Amino acid sequence: LTGRLAWRVATLVESRAETAAARTLVLDVPDWPGHLAGQHADIRLTAPDGYSTQRSYSLAAPPDGDRLELTVQRVPDGEVSPYLTDVLSPGDPLEIRGPVGGWFVWRAADPDPVLLVAGGSGLAPIESILRALLDSGHGDRVMLYFGVRSERDLYHEPLLRDLASRHANFSYHVVLSEQKGARGRRYGLVHEAVDADLEEVEGLMSYLAGPPVMVEATTALLAARGLAPRQIHADAFYNQT
Amino acid sequence: MGIVSPGFHGRSRAAGVKLPPGQYLVEDFPVLSAGPTPRIAQQDWAFVIATESGQRHQWSWPELMALPSEQPTVDLHCVTKWSKLGTDWQGVSLDVLFEDVETAADFALVHSYGGYTTNLPLEDLLDGKAWIAYRYDGDDLAPEHGGPARLLVPHLYLWKSAKWVRGIQLTEQDEPGFWESAGYHDYGDPWREQRYQGD
Repeated sequence: LTGRLAWRVATLVESRAETAAARTLVLDVPDWPGHLAGQHADIRLTAPDGYSTQRSYSLAAPPDGDRLELTVQRVPDGEVSPYLTDVLSPGDPLEIRGPVGGWFVWRAADPDPVLLVAGGSGLAPIESILRALLDSGHGDRVMLYFGVRSERDLYHEPLLRDLASRHANFSYHVVLSEQKGARGRRYGLVHEAVDADLEEVEGLMSYLAGPPVMVEATTALLAARGLAPRQIHADAFYNQT
Repeated sequence: MGIVSPGFHGRSRAAGVKLPPGQYLVEDFPVLSAGPTPRIAQQDWAFVIATESGQRHQWSWPELMALPSEQPTVDLHCVTKWSKLGTDWQGVSLDVLFEDVETAADFALVHSYGGYTTNLPLEDLLDGKAWIAYRYDGDDLAPEHGGPARLLVPHLYLWKSAKWVRGIQLTEQDEPGFWESAGYHDYGDPWREQRYQGD
């Protein structure tokens, strides 16, 4: 197998802590074919006895030559995620292939207002879409709702704040589901905040990524509010063990 | 085999458990869908097999319930890498539903409530390989798992086992379904690791 879906050997350049349990891996992948915001990549680990296993991770940033980023949530007792967050060190090789996924993507041609809803580590693909949108000069409204349990699960807020200060059409809302009364924060479930704010749904494109319960509740809400299936792009995922 | 990952040993390999390449074992039942979960009441449900010549064979919910059912125990393999072994289902074999269907078509395009589609060769639906399943683990099939009824084709990756199934269109030409149009493999055999086009 050659081309886009051949396995390539990446090198870990850098591993950045995002929260207590999440790290972003910066990889150098020779001849990476590029990707669309929202696509994912498969990684493969192989033990000395030949045992091998794979996981899928969302690509966390728009393409940047041979560099790409994956955000990994460490699952306690997991098989692969603790290896990626705790064992893999700069300079180590990592097998990867991709990009894959052609449904949960944003293409520069879509001119419509965009609603982005992220839960937890679902921010990775959402942020990738957000940055591609704003970089392209997208002129219509872009609204991001980011649901996490508490302040300590929040990450990349400086980046969101910076984007909001530079793009008048972009606004974001942090919603905390398990921490009441935090200053300047909304409390509750993220789809409830969307429901309370959403007015015009005509032409709206929505992208949702995060835990299945959140994605399911939000897709149900958007369908009830009149969005057609083609306006809803959902990427429910489990934290990969 | 790929390059050895420095410092990676993997889980202890459970004796006697053989998984398709790249898969890992789960005990829960993850739910993955591309869009909203349709809610279809049993009295509104219908299932149609339409042949290439336009003949239609239709079943209502009570008609489906009146057919002989089977209780297959099967392994599930999802293209997102998880596998779940020994799952218990109840449903009607496609062999029963195809008994009076006259066709020369080679392919099937499966349609779901909500607009999802998936394609597969007709022969992969026959000879005891596929069911219209309506009970899981002793209970009515929950909407998030595809209830009231889903296709169950366990020898292929799970995206072929269309949730909320409403019908099968038989075709002479292979027509790609939802994921098959988005870069996923046309056939999807987990043991040959046919995840994406070109695999």
